[in-house]
Amino acid sequence: MNIDGVKNGIVIDHIKAGKSIMVYNLLGLDKADACVAIITNADSTKYGKKDILKIDGMFDVDYDLLGYVDSNITVNIVEDGKMVKKLHMELPEHLKNVAKCKNPRCITSIEQEIVHEFKLVNKEKKIYRCVYCDAEHKVK
Amino acid sequence: MKEIRNLINITDLTLEEIDGLIDVANDIVENHEAYEDICAHKKLATLFFEPSTRTRLSFEAAMLELGGSVLGFSEASSSSAAKGESVSDTIQTVGCYADIIAMRHPKEGAPIVGARRTTVPIINGGDGGHFHPTQTLTDLLTIKRKKGRLDNMTVGLCGDLKFGRTVHSLIEAMLRYENVKFVLISPQELQVPDYIKERLNEEGADWKEVETLEEAMSELDILYMTRIQRERFFNEEDYIRLKDSFILDLKKLETAKEDLVIMHPLPRVNEISTEVDDDPRACYFFQALCGKHIRMALILFLLGIKREA
Repeated sequence: MNIDGVKNGIVIDHIKAGKSIMVYNLLGLDKADACVAIITNADSTKYGKKDILKIDGMFDVDYDLLGYVDSNITVNIVEDGKMVKKLHMELPEHLKNVAKCKNPRCITSIEQEIVHEFKLVNKEKKIYRCVYCDAEHKVK
Repeated sequence: MKEIRNLINITDLTLEEIDGLIDVANDIVENHEAYEDICAHKKLATLFFEPSTRTRLSFEAAMLELGGSVLGFSEASSSSAAKGESVSDTIQTVGCYADIIAMRHPKEGAPIVGARRTTVPIINGGDGGHFHPTQTLTDLLTIKRKKGRLDNMTVGLCGDLKFGRTVHSLIEAMLRYENVKFVLISPQELQVPDYIKERLNEEGADWKEVETLEEAMSELDILYMTRIQRERFFNEEDYIRLKDSFILDLKKLETAKEDLVIMHPLPRVNEISTEVDDDPRACYFFQALCGKHIRMALILFLLGIKREA
């Protein structure tokens, strides 16, 4: 299957197979003005299968969110049909409104419109802690 | 602009700042008159969204003894929280009326929410099972006054070490002093959480877990008792089997050092037999007195007030 290349935009590569729709929704691409192609189950030498999102047009990507969803993701920035930058995602130091604290004793369980915040405490084990109650949040 | 300092967790204070608070608390006892009107025209708001005896009253007594005044509420039902007001709105409002706020809330992290919405200092008077830093300051002052030091000692912590916030904060604070050994005395069901064990290991602390008071008693310089609550147990049988092992009485003290310091954050129920109260090693009511002195020092510190030399 052929999909036209991106002229000016972003290619989000190495998304875990089957997760592209989730990434699409989390990034809010449904509201984007750009032309977006979702490719699922593409062959990958590294992972066997992978998903890819091709965004032809300007779009402000939340890299922290991508890093949290899957730190294996790479982002290629394309200008005039050429890749000008390749970014490797990593777990962000802080998360804001990406995950919710599950501790029922946490203030976030009752306070209206509170920002759910976590800080990374163990990069190798992918462990965050809620900034309010210190409850552990492990990235799956 | 002056930086606003809060006390949410004991780690918000440096060791030097804690030493400074202890020095001021001792100076308050020695030179009480110099502090009588030092907070004149200053107001402390005590916002207690859940009941407390010692913490709230000691905060209020502390401010009154400094010549300031107090306002606030002692339960959520007598505040707008009962109408559904958020913590951040309550704190932002009270910040317009008071110079400093001491708050207790059943939800963990509530003081952080409050501190983000006001420009007056916030003191955490306990947030659920999370932190209780002024109890820790109280404990440190008690140990310093009784032992003359905060390093080179063996500290036994006994009872509910899983949910006991005072225990977690005290371990965190004592970890910062040299050569402090920890003996954690609890039933398996109520051992300290893994993150506390991780902290002990990270800091290279000398620590061990035992399941009876008798095993540890002879080596302790400090014995910090906490209450074991029946509802923490999975079944009644386990509670009945274990509860007596964690009740301190004179018999269990037979092997203890003569200068042991017995502490308890109070309230106690039955975990320290009343026969121990008259033993010179029992320091838990002295500890309650220390709570007032250290809170006086803390209020002055957070308001940036020093007594004239």
